[in-house]
Amino acid sequence: MPPVLDITDLNVTFAQSDRPICAVRQVSLAVAARESVGIVGESGSGKTQVFMAAMGLLAGNGRAEGSVRFEGEDLLGLRRERLNRLRGAKLSMVFQDPMTSLTPHLKIGTQLAEVLVCHAGKSWHDARLAARRMLERVGVPEPERRLNQYPHELSGGLRQRVMIGMSLLCDPLLVIADEPTTALDVTVQAQVIELLKAMRREFGMAMVLISHDLAVVATLCDRILVMYAGRIVESAATLELFHHPRHPYTAELLKCIPGLSGPRLERLPTLPGQPPQPGDALEGCAFAPRCARAAARCRTERPLLEDLGAAGGEVGAGGEARQVACHFPLPP
Amino acid sequence: MSAVTSPNDALLQVIGLRVEFGARVALSDVSFELFAGETLGLVGESGSGKSTLARAILQLLHPCRGSVVWRGQDLTACAPPVLRGLRRDLQIVFQDPLASLDPRMTVGESIAEPLRIFEPGLDGGARRARVGGMLQRVGLASEMIGRYPHEFSGGQCQRIGIARAMILSPKLLICDEPVSSLDVSIQGQIVNLLLDLQRDAGTAMLFISHNLAVVRHLSHRILVMYAGRLVEVAARDALFAAPIHPYTRALLAAVLPAMPVPRSDAVPPALPEAATPLPPRTGCAFRDRCSHALAICAQAVPPLEETIPGHWAACHRARELA
Repeated sequence: MPPVLDITDLNVTFAQSDRPICAVRQVSLAVAARESVGIVGESGSGKTQVFMAAMGLLAGNGRAEGSVRFEGEDLLGLRRERLNRLRGAKLSMVFQDPMTSLTPHLKIGTQLAEVLVCHAGKSWHDARLAARRMLERVGVPEPERRLNQYPHELSGGLRQRVMIGMSLLCDPLLVIADEPTTALDVTVQAQVIELLKAMRREFGMAMVLISHDLAVVATLCDRILVMYAGRIVESAATLELFHHPRHPYTAELLKCIPGLSGPRLERLPTLPGQPPQPGDALEGCAFAPRCARAAARCRTERPLLEDLGAAGGEVGAGGEARQVACHFPLPP
Repeated sequence: MSAVTSPNDALLQVIGLRVEFGARVALSDVSFELFAGETLGLVGESGSGKSTLARAILQLLHPCRGSVVWRGQDLTACAPPVLRGLRRDLQIVFQDPLASLDPRMTVGESIAEPLRIFEPGLDGGARRARVGGMLQRVGLASEMIGRYPHEFSGGQCQRIGIARAMILSPKLLICDEPVSSLDVSIQGQIVNLLLDLQRDAGTAMLFISHNLAVVRHLSHRILVMYAGRLVEVAARDALFAAPIHPYTRALLAAVLPAMPVPRSDAVPPALPEAATPLPPRTGCAFRDRCSHALAICAQAVPPLEETIPGHWAACHRARELA
């Protein structure tokens, strides 16, 4: 079966007065139907821009090159009217901050029903009934009352439930969730994660989850892609990635997450140095300056993202070969 | 009043603190002590009053009731010039590192500002040397002294904020979510830096965070806030091993494991979400979300009481739950 989303050699650059900034470099990835893929990386790693480019939501000075096929149709260069038919219907997005992604002056019911009026051609009356049913499905108490409320009258967790419900109204093939739990408190975050899990089971859509939080991605995704300085540096099934990271960056990142279990530490584990800024000129491997395994070759020759499949015989749960971009990957 | 007191000499005593913003009560009956060299972790969800407490301690906003006793002196009753003099020992590091630096001042000027105010006798050369030394101490090159905040990354800006707060070797440093806006790979660096500086200067620290895992590694004691009140106060190990308050338990249960377990659908015990942005105003603020709630919880605010020695909880059923 062809993938739902197939991104090939995507580059995203932002024009600036002095020099262009390359935010995404030669990113290729595919998302299969019903699959859940996590994209992790630090701020500035390009993880969000990959999908902003795919959705046609880049800032005015942004430019995307390559191809982004959604059900075989290239989204880059698609006419606006066609893109608008797909976005919010077959392809929807959940953003980080539910307060700023809901319209403050429209009632919840109006915002939800509008999606169905626009995309499904429903009457306002029917759309409102469907909106009410959706609020029930995403666990919003007193749905009838909520329809008549404004976003500010809801707690952050409820607002995110509304956003998730909105993204599912037209039975999408793919939902892209960008840091959907980052703005929420830890107890609410746990509930929203449970909701996303349940919705995946119920609606069977594919999902891309973009997050800086490895623990969140781990609980929701089958496969994880790690980005660093605009490129994918490692791709693996979730458990493989956590238990046998092959890229030194992934391994170091995993060590940096303080846990609630295990011995208490006098000092927290750290990764020295800092990630390159998007404008930095990069030669060789972008991680080399922070990498304990780096050799001379790493500073001059950029490692390509290669399948470990043949050599390591490693294949992810979804049949995806493991990939790593490193001259000296960690042993399996 | 439920003061968590002990006979030792506390550096800071917060007694019955209450802050209101119009009709909204942001802090209510908050009492605790902080001892010299101690690190106190303060956790709670957004809107629970953590930052308000930090600001009220430093008199950046005025509590409507209660007192903040700093080495025997009540800051709420201090004349402004006296308070200004005391500020050299009371410093704060904010969450947003870029927003807390003046964009029109070089980082050197920002770090030198406390020296200008509190050590006016210092000549320009000596001041520059101190600032340069401090920059190096926080892991930045002293040549960066003439640069502006926008030229630095978030982690570097936080180092500058820390340099400014620590240059006078204060006796108390309040850190308000100092690593929350930073990437995981940078968080550890900043926390370790704070710990090193604290050890060298003997500074006591109030460390505010919503990240329980970070707080666990660096705090001696932990305060848990909910809806403007302290609901649990305990030594670190006791709190993580045997939390008493149902909210603390839910908070700990909701933390995702750092390592995923194969195909686990181990759902953490569900804590019902607050349906409205504001908690109930009478009785226990947590009762709507609490599976242990009884009729009394709607009627009376549970006082913060020492349930077992050294372990305080504000819950009508604390003794059963302990």
